[in-house]
Amino acid sequence: MHPQKFALLVGCASMMMMFVAFTSALIVRQAQGNWLEFQMPSVFYISTAVIVTSSITLHLAYTAFLRGSELGYKGLLIVTAILGVVFVYLQYNGWLQMNADGIFLDGNPSGSFVYVITAAHAGHLIAGIATVIMALIHAFVLPYKVTPRRKNRFQLVLWFWHFVDFLWVYLLILFLMAY
Amino acid sequence: MADTAIITAPKPKYDDNSLIEEFGYDDHFHDHHHGDKYQSSFIFHYIFSMDHKMIARQFLITGMFWAVIGGLMSLIFRLQLGFPEESMAWIKPILGGWITVNEAGIGTLAPEFYYALVTMHGTIIVFFVLTAGLSGTFSNLLIPLQLGARDMASPFLNMLSYWFFFSAGVVMFLSLFLSTGPFSGGWTAYPPLSALPQASTGSGAGMTMWSFSMVLFVVSVLLGGINYITTVLNMRTKGMSLWRMPLTIWAFFVTAIIGLLSFPVLVSGILLLVLDRELGTSFYLSEIFVGGQALDHVGGSPILYQHLFWFLGHPEVYIIILPAMGIVSEVLSVHARKPIFGYKAMVYSILAIAFLSFIVWAHHMFMSGVNPFISNFFVIFTLIIAVPSAVKVFNWIATLFGGNIRFTTACLFGIGFVSMFISGGLTGIFLGNSAIDVQLHDTYFVVAHFHIVMGIAAFFGMYAGVYHWFPKMYGRFMNETLGRIHFWGTLIGAYAIFWPMHYIGMAGVPRRYYSFDSFQAFNHFDTINKFITVAAIVVFTLQVLMLINFFYSIWNGKKMTTQNPWKASTLEWTTPIETGHGNWPGKLPTVTRWPYDYGKGGQDFISQIAPVEDWEKEFDEAH
Repeated sequence: MHPQKFALLVGCASMMMMFVAFTSALIVRQAQGNWLEFQMPSVFYISTAVIVTSSITLHLAYTAFLRGSELGYKGLLIVTAILGVVFVYLQYNGWLQMNADGIFLDGNPSGSFVYVITAAHAGHLIAGIATVIMALIHAFVLPYKVTPRRKNRFQLVLWFWHFVDFLWVYLLILFLMAY
Repeated sequence: MADTAIITAPKPKYDDNSLIEEFGYDDHFHDHHHGDKYQSSFIFHYIFSMDHKMIARQFLITGMFWAVIGGLMSLIFRLQLGFPEESMAWIKPILGGWITVNEAGIGTLAPEFYYALVTMHGTIIVFFVLTAGLSGTFSNLLIPLQLGARDMASPFLNMLSYWFFFSAGVVMFLSLFLSTGPFSGGWTAYPPLSALPQASTGSGAGMTMWSFSMVLFVVSVLLGGINYITTVLNMRTKGMSLWRMPLTIWAFFVTAIIGLLSFPVLVSGILLLVLDRELGTSFYLSEIFVGGQALDHVGGSPILYQHLFWFLGHPEVYIIILPAMGIVSEVLSVHARKPIFGYKAMVYSILAIAFLSFIVWAHHMFMSGVNPFISNFFVIFTLIIAVPSAVKVFNWIATLFGGNIRFTTACLFGIGFVSMFISGGLTGIFLGNSAIDVQLHDTYFVVAHFHIVMGIAAFFGMYAGVYHWFPKMYGRFMNETLGRIHFWGTLIGAYAIFWPMHYIGMAGVPRRYYSFDSFQAFNHFDTINKFITVAAIVVFTLQVLMLINFFYSIWNGKKMTTQNPWKASTLEWTTPIETGHGNWPGKLPTVTRWPYDYGKGGQDFISQIAPVEDWEKEFDEAH
């Protein structure tokens, strides 16, 4: 494995620990009682569909890149970037929905946890969008050519995107179990 | 044993350089990196360097700077504890408003600043000196050199790691000059002292800067850690299997893994703390009355912070001690001219300690009201750590036993480390018991325990490393006479400081108290406190001596004339005396054996790159 990919995996393990800390804090805090139960905003389900789709489109962009389909490669990268932005927008709508339901950041910790964890995840996703934009710049500025170096760069973006996607699915399942 | 003595080694045919020339492998490094641009100018050579050896020296010297600051702080609060009646007016020029001078000219230390000093002393020594200064220095220096790599996996991230550490230091340093003082709620930063800006003078801007600095520091640790792990697993030279790595590398590798898994948890904890402070959330704050006014917060749990903090906090002490253990294993083996005893047991015990370090954190919280049944779980696992620790101690002693020991300063510090680790480890068995902890919690017994087992011991490991690898870093030797004065003075002095603390701790004297004036029961310990303070001043002076020795030797020490002055078998000593960028001038060395072939078949040592000879196969079979 390329050392950069290995380093990315190690970094993902570290990021995962941060979210493990948040979620175990949530579980420990919940067990102590005085915990407000509420419904997850329905927007979160749409955003989940969006992020999972974006993972698939990015993967297809990668296979298109390998196959030599330049159009598919560039087009699907653009689609992925748009889906990423849409996801962040939907998360923001989720917050608005929670706010409308009377769940505030500075209210009962059960609500605060959802705000903080989704915000921290969105932060990682925005970093992911930045890497997709990097991939877009590579796609449109550099002449199309499959080299080991470009394959490796693309894989780095792909793996990180899958990681952030998986992270959201994990978080949503946890929210559904805890609330 | 009789027939093994017959097999003796013939005279070695090669020196190291011709070995690399003949058996090494060519990675065409110098074809690609001809005249690196970051080697050429002063700024990129000494400041924004991406060479791991320079970054190691940057970590070391920055760590030394912080050690002096942290040490001086401890002297000031020791003066307060030992000589509370004496005037402190003489340090007013430095501490300014924190010393109030009355009409009679008697200066007193402000109590708020006493707490700030204690807090900063802990934060600085634990994070900046013994984490960055110890594992940052030696991981950077030794991982590429001992593994036969040109540099770290990502030299750029490595440089960033140092500069994040540096920025963390700048923020923390600036917080010392705030008019309200630096954070003063203890290095653990428990809420509510850390969560309510109005809780104490240091809880406002001081705490904000503390948390910002810590986040920068964690970024530094993570960038460094990712690099160390990747380098160890991907960049080893030909023949360097995991089981041929020196124990130093094993220790740094596992340390990096622990750091990578535990520091993010601290970030989460601090992030929630910052939200409590700035955005009015209630993660850690419950219904609190301040000055008769109820705060807005509802339903928070301060214990939650303790869990998150100690989930880092306990692994952190192993992040501090494991590199020291690795260094000591290497130094003792080299200077006792014997293979390390129980190499695999050493590796497995490092792994066992690392694993256990993650499931013992609540032994810091026995008195916080956690369920006693949960405490039992943590007691058992805490006490089990004694097993791998004892394995290591046994192996160090067995390595020394019957060795042809060269009592160099590095070796003395290695032996001193073992002494400290035993005495400090034994008191850990007391504190790990939740029942005994009821009496000993937050007393000077705890202070004595952790200062010996992870403070002094880690410093000893660091010194062993500094004296041992100084020639590799600067091409010169440190002065041995000064080194020995430094060692014996520090060994005796450190015990003089911390042994009496066990006694006053068992008598119930609590830590972190500014003054014991109103506690009649503790008044008769003032002679002991005076003694401790005097010993602390002496020990600090000896560290200054070490610093003088260090900086004098960089330019004026005895020059290194041979490549391998300690006659060690590891790879870093096969590089040229002036080790340039890329470490080896030509080919990379090929490794043929484990790193501890000392005294094999009557040969003093066999380098890791020497090809396996026929007599050795016979020798290995006979053993």
